[in-house]
Amino acid sequence: MRSTSIMIVGVGGQGTLLTSRILGNVGISTGTDVKVSEVHGMSQRGGSVVTYVKMGEKVHSPVIEKGEADILLCFEELEALRWIDYAKKDASIIINTQRIDPMPVITGKAKYPENIIERIKAEYKNVVAVPALELARAAGSIKAVNVVMIGVLAKKTGIPKEKWIDSIRKTVKPQFVDMNIEAFRSGYNL
Amino acid sequence: MKKLMLGNEAIARGVYEAGATVATAYPGTPSTEITEYIAKYDEIYSEWAPNEKVALEVAIGASVGGARSTCAMKHVGLNVAADPLFTAAYTGVNGGLVIFVADDPGMHSSQNEQDTRLIARAAKVPVLEPSDSQECKDFTKEAFRISEEYDTPVIVRLTTRVAHSQGLVELGERDSIPLKPYVKDPGKYVMMPAMARKRHVAVEERLARLSEFSDATTLNRIEWGDKKIGVISSGIAYQYAREAFGNASFLKLGMVYPLPEKLVREFAAQVETLYVIEELEPFIENNCLRMGIEVKGKALLPVIGEYSASLIRERVLGQKQEKPNSIDEEIPVRPPVMCAGCPHRGIFYVLKKLKLTVTGDIGCYTLGALSPLESLDTCVCMGASIGMAHGMEKARGQDAARKTVAVIGDSTFIHSGITGLIDIVYNKGTSTVIILDNSTTGMTGHQDNPATGLTIKGEPTRQVDLVKLCQAVGVDRVRVCDPFDLAEAERVIKEETAADEPSVIIFQRPCALLKHVKLSGVLRINTDKCTRCRICMRLGCPAVVDRGTHIEVDPALCVGCDLCTKVCRFNAFERLGGGKCVVHRS
Repeated sequence: MRSTSIMIVGVGGQGTLLTSRILGNVGISTGTDVKVSEVHGMSQRGGSVVTYVKMGEKVHSPVIEKGEADILLCFEELEALRWIDYAKKDASIIINTQRIDPMPVITGKAKYPENIIERIKAEYKNVVAVPALELARAAGSIKAVNVVMIGVLAKKTGIPKEKWIDSIRKTVKPQFVDMNIEAFRSGYNL
Repeated sequence: MKKLMLGNEAIARGVYEAGATVATAYPGTPSTEITEYIAKYDEIYSEWAPNEKVALEVAIGASVGGARSTCAMKHVGLNVAADPLFTAAYTGVNGGLVIFVADDPGMHSSQNEQDTRLIARAAKVPVLEPSDSQECKDFTKEAFRISEEYDTPVIVRLTTRVAHSQGLVELGERDSIPLKPYVKDPGKYVMMPAMARKRHVAVEERLARLSEFSDATTLNRIEWGDKKIGVISSGIAYQYAREAFGNASFLKLGMVYPLPEKLVREFAAQVETLYVIEELEPFIENNCLRMGIEVKGKALLPVIGEYSASLIRERVLGQKQEKPNSIDEEIPVRPPVMCAGCPHRGIFYVLKKLKLTVTGDIGCYTLGALSPLESLDTCVCMGASIGMAHGMEKARGQDAARKTVAVIGDSTFIHSGITGLIDIVYNKGTSTVIILDNSTTGMTGHQDNPATGLTIKGEPTRQVDLVKLCQAVGVDRVRVCDPFDLAEAERVIKEETAADEPSVIIFQRPCALLKHVKLSGVLRINTDKCTRCRICMRLGCPAVVDRGTHIEVDPALCVGCDLCTKVCRFNAFERLGGGKCVVHRS
């Protein structure tokens, strides 16, 4: 079996760590080797964060490199643009249509690029834009953006839905399970 | 049973399975989670120590006392703990002593990129280096065995990518290791010249025996493939090399010091071209060169930053990668920022306004160096802010001290700021020290410390009283203020920097990310009142955003700390009425 490389990109604080935990647990349940590489520390304070999840018969490097990602899960538009080089030409690219201004934009030293999704669509054929913030709010918490995104991703992997729900159940705190499953469904059924 | 585990979590599991009973550390990325995970095992006593030196001393004491004990730190933490390390190498151990040190190639979260293997060699302490989570656990258990068999502390060296990658780990049972008897032995444990001279001889003999062990152990192994290319590698670099070189032959080192010289010679003799792939310093490479073995390494690959499979392909194998698409433009960088609601923000706003020179320190507040706050002048190491402010005064005179403050966090002050403050008092300095007390160790992910009143297990304990502590070392002017009260903060900073005696201002407010912190709710901007003067943008709050046509508050980020309402001269910020968040747009 060839390995599957999933990259999760976003802004520190958006819940990419939890996402990689849920993905990793799904990976184990499918019986393959799994490696997940995370970022802790300084970048977690609102910086650009990237997490790699690799599954396959034998995974050596935990890191995904340019042109290697089968799936690029983007929690924010500018981060999608920043890491787009890492996607394969035919990769599934899932982008949350949320815009979080980085400090150079806030202070007026740089401009936030325009029409990001259209431009990515012009280069890659398999791009989905997801209003995950609105879907998460409807599900009960704007913090569930990450789980909405997992829902969209799950549909594309062919791994049974139950495995995902089971992994969410095991990973999130008990009091948030129902809300997160609701958020997952809203992404999955998109 | 197999479980997906962070490298650091697997280390903790190894400590548990090895039957260790004492673990101590000061938090530091990327090593912090080792001790956080150890603390989940009730069979192991664990603690946050005030700094790495104390932590290692506690671990040495526990080892001499007969227990398998551990200590974890980041690479720069080992500098702090170097003093006990170098002499613990002489005393050796009673119960096994294993020190986990996590290097940070690429400096994801560090102030330098030093290589722990060089310090370990200087201290004459053996080094194991795992390359994935399973090895993290297995090598930890082996490290305890080596420690006891060879009567030496052992360092297990990690790098960020090993510490912070998850991989599958086969779990085992905890070994039952009885506490060894403690027998008084001054010849071994009292390192004064007469005894230390004898122990140095023992250290050298031990190194020779460890060299033999390195040749014999399965920690080091040859994986034969195509013999045209041979690769010597260890740690995460081995994983990158595996991907880059495909079917080459590998000498995979798990024990990098002392090096298995016979094995290296045997391997080198059978391959046509020999590469050494190692991040940071040419440690293995120089050892090979010293042995007269021709290898290629740093002539092709950098001593700076992290490696990757593609870097190796490009630099060593000459394979260039094509650019996958035509999207090509300057993408704005996204540096880390202080969170919305951060209690540090307002103080840096005031320090910049007052145009003070600010000697800074290590923690979230180091971010005060970045735009738009741009108030930090220096950041060197844990605790340096205070000594450096004093040095500035001694170099430039008392007038300079009227325009200079040292800024340090509560945990960092306990770590190694106290001694700097004593120096100011003792040597008649007049500096002002600002302690940003956010009731936690923030940047590393919220660990308790002696100033929070809670242990690593969350149990209440005697809390260090920062006010009394500063008074006790001889500072008469100690004041406590709320960092959200900008007018008061400005007044107090002006008064204390003006005083020609040492002073300490403690700005107290808990980190906005702590669970118990509840601020007053989301704000919005009334665009009828907003004149777009942009003074609020000077706070560098990620929740206040200039959309070009108007300024707005991002309701997903705002927590309602009200700093913006305090700098706004037109009362443009309003609180949303407790209900749903509605963004006001013009």
